[in-house]
Parts: sequence; structure tokens; C-alpha cells
Amino acid sequence: MQIGIFSVGDVTVDPATGRAPSERERIKAMLTIALKAEEVGLDVFAMGEHHNPPFVPSSPTTMLGWIAAKTERIILSTATTLITTNDPVKIAEDYAMLQHVADGRIDLMLGRGNTGPVYPWFGQDIRQGIPLAVENYALLHRLWREDVVDWEGRFRTPLQAFTATPRPLDGVPPFVWHGSIRSPEIAEQAAYYGDGFFANNIFWPQEHTRRMVGLYRERFAHYGHGTPEQAIVGLGGQVFMRKNSQDAVREFRPYFDNAPVYGHGPSLEEFTEQTPLTVGSPQEVIERTLGFREAVGDYQRQLFLMDHAGLPLKTVLEQLDILGEEVVPVLREEFAKGRPATVPDAPTHATLRDAVPAAS
Amino acid sequence: MEPTSPITLAVISGGLSQPSSTRLLADRLTEAATGHLARADREVLVHLRELRPLATPISHHLLSGFPAQSLGEALEEVSTADALIAVSPIFSASYSGLFKSFFDLLDPGALAGKPVLIGATGGTARHSLALEHALRPLFAYQRALVAPTAVFAASEDWGGTGDTHTDSLPARIERAGGELAALVLAAPAHPRPAGSPAVTPSALGFH
Repeated sequence: MQIGIFSVGDVTVDPATGRAPSERERIKAMLTIALKAEEVGLDVFAMGEHHNPPFVPSSPTTMLGWIAAKTERIILSTATTLITTNDPVKIAEDYAMLQHVADGRIDLMLGRGNTGPVYPWFGQDIRQGIPLAVENYALLHRLWREDVVDWEGRFRTPLQAFTATPRPLDGVPPFVWHGSIRSPEIAEQAAYYGDGFFANNIFWPQEHTRRMVGLYRERFAHYGHGTPEQAIVGLGGQVFMRKNSQDAVREFRPYFDNAPVYGHGPSLEEFTEQTPLTVGSPQEVIERTLGFREAVGDYQRQLFLMDHAGLPLKTVLEQLDILGEEVVPVLREEFAKGRPATVPDAPTHATLRDAVPAAS
Repeated sequence: MEPTSPITLAVISGGLSQPSSTRLLADRLTEAATGHLARADREVLVHLRELRPLATPISHHLLSGFPAQSLGEALEEVSTADALIAVSPIFSASYSGLFKSFFDLLDPGALAGKPVLIGATGGTARHSLALEHALRPLFAYQRALVAPTAVFAASEDWGGTGDTHTDSLPARIERAGGELAALVLAAPAHPRPAGSPAVTPSALGFH
């Protein structure tokens, strides 16, 4: 079981101070948070890719390359890389390069972005969102697996005898997750390729997540990659913790009430009841997170959203201390109990590399 | 729909006051439609929802992107029903904002091909064409089969007997109920199945 965090990279006014960080402050805070994630023993740090204010991370491999140089162990990933508007040739090269720089400690999560206008910013057409995701990934998949590619498609110029450089580290393409909130087509795509499926459930009721993961598992088996239980599933989560529940609720409420995504709507209490958001003691977070397994089966990756809605860096670092010291060790122990030996862990560069000779 | 299975009829009343003349009209339209269906030996299961208790969940859904349980059930009832009766008060020459917001939250295609009877209430009969210039286009956009008779009940209609140009309210209700029943009995029912969304893998190029 991999447990980590994912960062959206929003620049949001802190309701306690009325002040928003500068872009530089926010970018540096994300880097500090990534190093802290390794320090407290998390397995994964993933970051978003956005090209519109109030978000800062437009260039994930720049930031992940810096983090790779400063860390030893943590897996670096994205949440998400835009498969629709990035040229698949550029994704193939950027992330193969990052694999070499980070000694294989990377994977990536593909998604379609959070806003329609991003399509024309990169010369694409939003009406083609799903076909772009399908065609671009089909090309990306080949560019990492075939040294010389001849290709022709609808959305970019043809390739003739093209070799993406550098080649993937040890000839092993990065593992890919397909992230989705509501599109069953993306669950289908993940299943077709036998890739991971990340259900970003943080704004959705559990029943919806259960159905999406169920669809992915069923189609994963249909395409012959293993049993439904062997499909590779990741989930989001969102927590705020203090020793006493009441303190957590009191401190987090102004951030919740003013959060860009869900503020001014349902109350904190209604939202925590209906979505994975958990505001309370570490024990409550443990119990809630273990409950995810009841909904979707044994799964491979749990990412928490910790740094958003204007929470100050100092608070986020405190949250990561609590997560690493009090929550993650218990989750690891409990998730391992009763987990069938036939359920695989999430693939890493090492397991994929070692699997190649056995398969050939 | 098997010939013997009950017909499901969803009823949405957008009235806000208590008691509500909009609800009263919705009930009368329901009785008329179920009466016609009963005479055709069809059993009817009615799911009636008033929007007042859903007002807060509707605004939360617009902001958060997902429905609270009560609203989710109401949307599902409307989406899977064989027919729908929808009644709104007329505010400022159109349906109420809450009524529109509820129907904004249905999935695209949820009403396609579904027989729908529309009704509205208002203080004066001068508002009656709001049914034709507001409600009917809303449901036409959603590709519903809207019954030709739309029933408007002004305050004066509840005690009136009609005039040389217009049938009385009871006569109009009866006619509209009959039209909805005829559409239900004639239309092949295609209620959208509840549960997981459908995908066509071949449309994505996966085989």
C-alpha cells in the first residue's frame, strides 16, 4: 500500500489573515511540502498541472526534478498530467528524462484538466476532449515502448521514423495511472491498457466512487489483465487533524467555508458526511480511511489533499507530522491485515524492471 | 415495460407556500392522469416531490457538483419514471428559479422521449402563456414528449366555470390527464436504467 499526498497548487487567501501567498511563496511552499512528505515517511508526492490562475504548477517536471535531487526514496508523480492538451511526444520525453534524473522514482497520472479554456491555449478543441485523451495516450504508449515509431492520427502531424529521447530508464516505461472524477470512458481506458485507475473521489459521495472503481475492475478483467481484485486502484482523500476533534473542526471551518471549490455551499458537517473529507482526530482519520477499502476492495494507493484553501505552510507541515507519525503506520498495518496475497502492490520502477525478464 | 407492470409517474410541484395551489394543481392533474390509466387497466405508482424541502440541497448541488441523498433520489425518480407531471408557480413571467434549477440538475437526455404534462399557477390568467413560452421550450429542449394541453390555474380559476373561449379548470385538467395517459399508453417506454453509467468501448477505439 502506497500512502502519500497530492497538491493542486492553488494560491488562495488565508481567511485567518486575509492574505494570499505570492506565486514564489506558493511554489517554494510546495517544494518544502514535498521534502517534508519524504521526511515523515510517505511513499508518494504528486502534483497537479494547471495553466490558469490561481494555480501555480504549470511545469511539473521542473519542480519534480528539483525534488528528485533533494530526496532519496519518495515516488514522485502527477495529479494530473494533461493528456489532452500536452503533445504526447513532449510527455514521452519529459517523463523519460525525469525517470533518469530520479533513478526511476516516478510515475504519472493522466487527466483532462479542470477547465475548458485550456484546450485552445494549447491549440486543441474541447469538443474533442475524450478522443484526444484516447489518441494521445495510444501514441504516448507506443513512444515509450517502440524505439522507432511511424504514426499517423487526427490531432497532430504524422511521425516518421521518430525516436523519443531519452529512451525510458532500463527500457521500462513509467507506470501510468488514469485519473477521473466522473468519466467512465477513462475507467475503460485504464482497464484496456491494464494501467492504474485513480478515482479522485474527494468531492464525490462514496457510492459514485464505488461504481466507477467497480466498472474499472470489471473491464480490467474483461481485457485479460487479471482478476478484478488484481486491478490497480488509487483513491483520493482529504483530511484535517488535531489531537481533539473539536479543535480540528474549529480551526478548519473558516478554510472550509471559504474554499474555492466547495465554500459557501454545504456545511462542513454535511460535506464530511457525504464525501471522504474528514476533520477530526487522527483516530477518526484512520477509521474513515480504512472504510474506503470496504467500498472499493483492497487497493494500492491512497493520496491525501493537505495543502489547499489557503492553509498556511506551517499548518500543513504540522498536518504532515501527524499524518506520518500517527496515521500512516496504523493504516499500513491495518490495510495489510486480511489482504489476499493475490492482490498486487502498485507497480514501481523496480518491480516493472524485474518483471521484464520473467515475461520474455 | 411489460404490459402488466405498473406505470411510474413522477410529479414535481414547485410551489413554495404551505398550503400551495401549485401542489393542489399537481394533485388534480395526477388524479386525472391516473384515472385515465386506471380505466385502461393500468396500475400507477406515483412519486410526488415538492421542491420546497429540496431548496437547500438544490443550491448545494449547484455549488458542490453532487446531490444530497434526498435530492439524488428525486432526480433518480424523475429520470427513471415512465411519465412526468411538472407544475411551477409563475414568477416574473416564467417558471420559478428553483423549478428551473431542479431541472438543470438532471443528466442530459434524462427526459428524452418521456411523456410530460406541464402546469402552472399564478395570480392572474394574464400569465398563462408562460406555459407556452417558458415551460414548453424547457421540456422541448430536453426532448420530452410534452402533452398538447398545458394547464394554467389562476386564482380565479379555482372558483370559475370557464368562458366562451376557455373550458373550466376541471375540464382542462381532465383533458390534459387524458392526453398524458394516451402518450404513456402509446409510447414505448424507455426509462433510463438506474445505476452505473454506460460506456461503449468500441466508440473509444478499444476492442
